[in-house]
Amino acid sequence: MMNRINQKLQEDKKLLSIYFTAGYPELDNTVTIIQNLEESGVDMIEIGLPFSDPIADGPTIQASSTQALKNGMTTDVLFKQLKDIRKSVNIPLIIMGYFNPILQYGVEAFCKKCAEIGVDGLIIPDLPVDVYYEAYKTTFEKYGLINVFLITPQTSDKRINFIDSISNGFIYMVSSASVTGSSSGFGDEQTQYFKRIADMNLTNPQIVGFGISDNKTFLQATQFSKGAIIGSAFIKHLTNKAVNKIRSFVKSIRD
Amino acid sequence: MLYNINEKGYYGEFGGAFIPEMLYPNVEELRQNYLKVMAEPEFQKEFNQLLKNYVGRPSPLYFAKRLSAKYNTNIYLKREDLNHTGAHKINNTIGQILMAQRLGKKRIIAETGAGQHGVATATVCALMGLECIVYMGEIDIARQAPNVARMKMLGATVVPALSGSRTLKDATNEAIRDWINNPVDTHYIIGSVVGPHPYPDMVARFQSVVSEEIQWQLKEQEGKTKPDYVVACVGGGSNAAGAYYHFLDDTNVKLIAVEAAGLGVDSGESAATSALGKEGIIHGSKTLLMQTNDGQITEPYSISAGLDYPGVGPMHAHLYKTGRAEFISITDDEAMKAGLELCKLEGIIPAIESSHALAIFEQKKFKPNDVVVLSLSGRGDKDLGTYINYFKL
Ligand SMILES: Cc1ncc(COP(=O)(O)O)c(C=O)c1O
Repeated sequence: MMNRINQKLQEDKKLLSIYFTAGYPELDNTVTIIQNLEESGVDMIEIGLPFSDPIADGPTIQASSTQALKNGMTTDVLFKQLKDIRKSVNIPLIIMGYFNPILQYGVEAFCKKCAEIGVDGLIIPDLPVDVYYEAYKTTFEKYGLINVFLITPQTSDKRINFIDSISNGFIYMVSSASVTGSSSGFGDEQTQYFKRIADMNLTNPQIVGFGISDNKTFLQATQFSKGAIIGSAFIKHLTNKAVNKIRSFVKSIRD
Repeated sequence: MLYNINEKGYYGEFGGAFIPEMLYPNVEELRQNYLKVMAEPEFQKEFNQLLKNYVGRPSPLYFAKRLSAKYNTNIYLKREDLNHTGAHKINNTIGQILMAQRLGKKRIIAETGAGQHGVATATVCALMGLECIVYMGEIDIARQAPNVARMKMLGATVVPALSGSRTLKDATNEAIRDWINNPVDTHYIIGSVVGPHPYPDMVARFQSVVSEEIQWQLKEQEGKTKPDYVVACVGGGSNAAGAYYHFLDDTNVKLIAVEAAGLGVDSGESAATSALGKEGIIHGSKTLLMQTNDGQITEPYSISAGLDYPGVGPMHAHLYKTGRAEFISITDDEAMKAGLELCKLEGIIPAIESSHALAIFEQKKFKPNDVVVLSLSGRGDKDLGTYINYFKL
């Protein structure tokens, strides 16, 4: 069976992917949020496994992670919450987390559990490409998991080509040199970067993340790419509104 | 090279560069250049001149006669406390500021806990006329007010770290985030032998001047270049790395690493990383760190802000795992007592970090003819408030 991520990438549309921190705002919101996101027409979901020291994240995701941990979120709790998720949800699910909690769980045990649940891929920002390639690639592949790598405006063409060569889903294109959650909008510099990458004709499609917060930035980000990922803006929405107001948020991005 | 770094950036199984892609260009630029730059004669010359004329090196190797008599052995103190700014930290910041200049960087960032590294960084930035931003946990800003004032006088901007536990680990997170946000013009001066490769190796090399001097100073005074023991406190591990460096592969020289037990190793209020830590990843390095079963990094505790870090550098993780160094943990009370003892016996007020190293003489017996060199990493001026409170002075 083809991985759900690859299936989704074949659809002839711009994809909207949403990130949320598991265990936030309440410990038990995970399944409700995922179900509501799918019902609202989101194409893909990144489930954030919270970490005490998320160095690539800005204040919004940091605060949600701290709260989620306070609420009692752990790797085991998340896996328990997701146990029956495939009975109700069909879109691709990706776990995004820092490497240390995964290392402590055991990389193979973690991958195995993901496969059992029906998680399709992983994004581990602080697992470097070369370490993945040498130490973990075969394990991920054994369990049919897609590992997603990041590139940034500073990543060299040579490195992008290497990352493309070992990717088998999509490439996560970080919109600008920043941590998550900075949202000053996109200017010429970003547009040129998006175009430069599009012109490289990579094997793997690109999905843009960081700094996308509304319809305008979604359209800008997807002009030259396959899709976009929204994180901090959605977390803020969850903070201000309730988990049952997800539809209006998704609608505001798409229209 | 048994105990030193290998060509892949690891000490045994520890080290590496577990960093997000956003940091890769910065760290890679440094990795490709640091050895080349450090080998340049011009760099060497400027580094050595500044260490001599600005820092005041060589720092004395002082035979502590009354302390030696009390413990019936031969104790030499390596007087890093006499350096400009009061600790070993400046050896590294001098080296890194010269590195930053060679790499064309215009903006310097740093993290600090007690403020010693922040002051040492602000100092070299003033010296070179570079912009300096120091991240410091909100809690540490409150408890280290004199050092905050020093940094400000030296022209640095002190930014409070408001996330997480608001101490050293979070200040480090904020500095890393700043570097992600400023990938081109900024150099991050890390204050210890921690962080992603090449930092642990680069900082160890800048600090290695300490053991280089110990060799010839000991030769002058004892007629031999090698002590029987080298003792140092370990927060991240930079003063220890410097004191051990030239003896790493000579197993005739025994190495002792002293960690902060806080209120006691099993009290839940401790910073004894080797005793309490497990292998994992912190600040881009695979090493030993204090964490929950679930891999969340926990908060350490020590009366000494400079030892209050939940990890150790990868070199020390390797020295621990291989048994090359003996690790001893010292409680707050033991350290404070040893600090006061040095004042009374030798007329030297030590930093509380260094007092931890001094406290081992109550725990471990040395032979009358052993030569023990102890890294007196800093002076106690910054700790007067803590000493006053503790001893009700
Ligand atoms: C005087 C002194 N000694 C030791 C340390 C601990 O650092 P390290 O383990 O890197 O030497 C510090 C840190 O602030 C310090 O100020």
